[in-house]
Amino acid sequence: MDLSAINPVILIAALISAATPILLAATGELVAERAGVLNLGVEGMMITGAICGFIIAVNTGSPALGFVMAAVGGAALSLLFAFLTQVALANQVASGLALTLFGLGLSALMGQSYVGIKPPRMEDVAFGPLGDIPVLGPILFSHDPIVYLGIIIVASVWAVLTFTRAGLVLRAVGENHDAAHALGYKVKRIRTMAIMFGGACAGMGGAYISLIRVPQWTEGMTAGVGWIALALVVFASWKPWRVLLGAYLFGGITQLQLNLQGAGVAIPVEYLAMSPYIVTIIVLVILSADKSRAPGSLGRIFHASQ
Amino acid sequence: MTDILLSLHELTKAYPDVVANDSVSLEIKQGEIHALLGENGAGKSTLVKMIYGLVKPDLGEMHLNSETFAPADPRTARASGIGMVFQHFSLFDALTVAENIALGMETAPKMRQLSDQITQVSQAYGLPLSPDRIVGDLSAGEQQRVEIIRCLLQDPKLLIMDEPTSVLTPQEVSILFDTLNKLRSEGTSILYISHKLEEIRTLCDTATILRLGQVVGACIPAETSARDMAEMMVGAKLKTPQRTPSLQGEEVLKLTSLSLPPAAAFGMPLREISLTLHTGEVLGIGGVAGNGQDELLGALSGETCAQAGMITYKGRDIGHLGPNPRREIGLLTAPEERLGHAAAPDMSLIENAMLTGAQREKLERHGVLDWAAAQRFAERIIGAFDVRTPSAANAARSLSGGNLQKFVIGREVLQRPDVLVVNQPTWGVDAAAAAAIRQALLDLAANGAAVIVISQDLDELMEISDRFAALNEGRLSPLRPAAGLTVDEIGLMMGGAHGMEVAHV
Repeated sequence: MDLSAINPVILIAALISAATPILLAATGELVAERAGVLNLGVEGMMITGAICGFIIAVNTGSPALGFVMAAVGGAALSLLFAFLTQVALANQVASGLALTLFGLGLSALMGQSYVGIKPPRMEDVAFGPLGDIPVLGPILFSHDPIVYLGIIIVASVWAVLTFTRAGLVLRAVGENHDAAHALGYKVKRIRTMAIMFGGACAGMGGAYISLIRVPQWTEGMTAGVGWIALALVVFASWKPWRVLLGAYLFGGITQLQLNLQGAGVAIPVEYLAMSPYIVTIIVLVILSADKSRAPGSLGRIFHASQ
Repeated sequence: MTDILLSLHELTKAYPDVVANDSVSLEIKQGEIHALLGENGAGKSTLVKMIYGLVKPDLGEMHLNSETFAPADPRTARASGIGMVFQHFSLFDALTVAENIALGMETAPKMRQLSDQITQVSQAYGLPLSPDRIVGDLSAGEQQRVEIIRCLLQDPKLLIMDEPTSVLTPQEVSILFDTLNKLRSEGTSILYISHKLEEIRTLCDTATILRLGQVVGACIPAETSARDMAEMMVGAKLKTPQRTPSLQGEEVLKLTSLSLPPAAAFGMPLREISLTLHTGEVLGIGGVAGNGQDELLGALSGETCAQAGMITYKGRDIGHLGPNPRREIGLLTAPEERLGHAAAPDMSLIENAMLTGAQREKLERHGVLDWAAAQRFAERIIGAFDVRTPSAANAARSLSGGNLQKFVIGREVLQRPDVLVVNQPTWGVDAAAAAAIRQALLDLAANGAAVIVISQDLDELMEISDRFAALNEGRLSPLRPAAGLTVDEIGLMMGGAHGMEVAHV
């Protein structure tokens, strides 16, 4: 066993990158849930985004364009969910599960001829001399643009929900859709937009796995990250900064246990592998013991009956 | 002032199975309080929803200040100076007062400015309110103030109020009336919907009466008796419930310092509730909604279990028993909220009859359900309580509120309870049906059962109870004989005005 092989600076830098897919997907889902929509199709939207982004990046040679199209792909798939739940008034849980299964199948079909191909690499953001600062440089200034985009999205979601009228209306729709309707807000339109935002974020999260983390295409490669993101939103009490904390915690312990495995620690691999799930859930359960609660209309079908 | 502010001309709105408004015409003058009276289903709500832009009329037109007025949505209506205070508050529990108010405004100012405005307006109209509080923590009276202030901030020309006093104590009602009078003196018109006739007689200048979607009359409330107005509403002579003086019988139910923690996040704990109930009496429990009524009913029905020694029924400690064993020994309950708590909305009346009647009516044998017997039981309820429904196989949801309420109460009454606890037995029920339900409760007591009526309708409680107590913040006031209690005394038992100030008129 050689713990000295674990470099904390590299570990932290790696966890930030490892957490990005969950962070993106969970932030998108948070917005949807704050608007009162429970979309269990995160996994399906992620994997669809993963393959859309992969195909575009390989064919155009531009990972950035790949991410854009991954967002478009995720949002397009989420429109199916929006149609089912907002127009056809179908049950949200069943529709979400169907969306996940559909997304997994669709992505497998789309990706048949892309197995084993290497996508173009996305360059890290050039911070110049900032990257040479000891410790802080590798941790803060050595990442690809999507890592920073993820953090910017969390910060803007928080700011919009807290400080703007649009955010207030979105929260109001999620809190009590009947009252929001009575005040003249377009519940379905607002929810559809929130669902699409969730889909776009999930799609980018998926593409981060296929274009940067792995980077290649295999069927079902998101491997449950979408479900983790869903759980994270609940345990983070629907608060953006707690989603960030939870995602980093999860990503951090995932990296740490991989390093520990590599270092040959005398703990069975199975326990190490399950540790990120357990620790993340315990920490967030403790955090969520405060007064915060789910949006009042979460998961309920809105029908403007007169 | 004789200027007409709003005139409605032959408004008609039909839904697939019912004509909600049938060429309704109505004129509201500037600076008057105009009452809109009618039974449930008379079309009052549809009418005001058309004025507020939530519903579009099929035929007819509206004129506001002599200009054609056809609001496409509530925003347009608000922009034209129409404000509405809803019957079921259209508030967001998890948001603050200021956020709630901002949501109701077209162009909300910055939060800090808005907070100042709220404080200013609330002071001016004697409705003090702190902008930063979470709405879910406010009392019903305070929540209503949020709605009113939300309207007042937009300088409405017409304020629509839908059943505003159903959740208020008498003191809070008088504060509200002061506020409304002040608004009238400033030239604001108010369209006031209620079926509390005495209130309308004290407050309103004119009244229009709707029945089955049509205007059936108009009157000056101050010059018309409440009984005449009620009969115009119903279209028939009213029967007043008859009571036979009952003998104070033996003690059947006793609560000893019943205390329970709150069940839900915005719930109310029960604090040291003690009372004794005798056969043959009706005990009325008043109080503003959310002061422990639902929790008390839950504790009596067995939905929440109490500690040993807190609930004694016929000398037996039953605090640990659930609802079914309690039903078995004759303690029956009918909760409020007919859709969801008292009845399962999507199940048929037969199934709903089965749900609470299985044991006492022997509708079940060795776990096998006797549907034929359940149907007979359901039909017996329908017959005895004049429940209007095509058949017993109809879903509970398809019945009107009043009819379902008659079914829910009848289902328990016909099971021959020794003690019956009802919560809000006539909530949202029209006058004729309410009289029938009250009569059934009185008859039950006359036949030797004991009845606890939890209600927010003080007139109802005064009419049928032998003794009265009020719930306030989860505490029960001492029990007093109902005869001879004054409104002021009752108001004080209910906790006074909850710290509200009188309007500085």
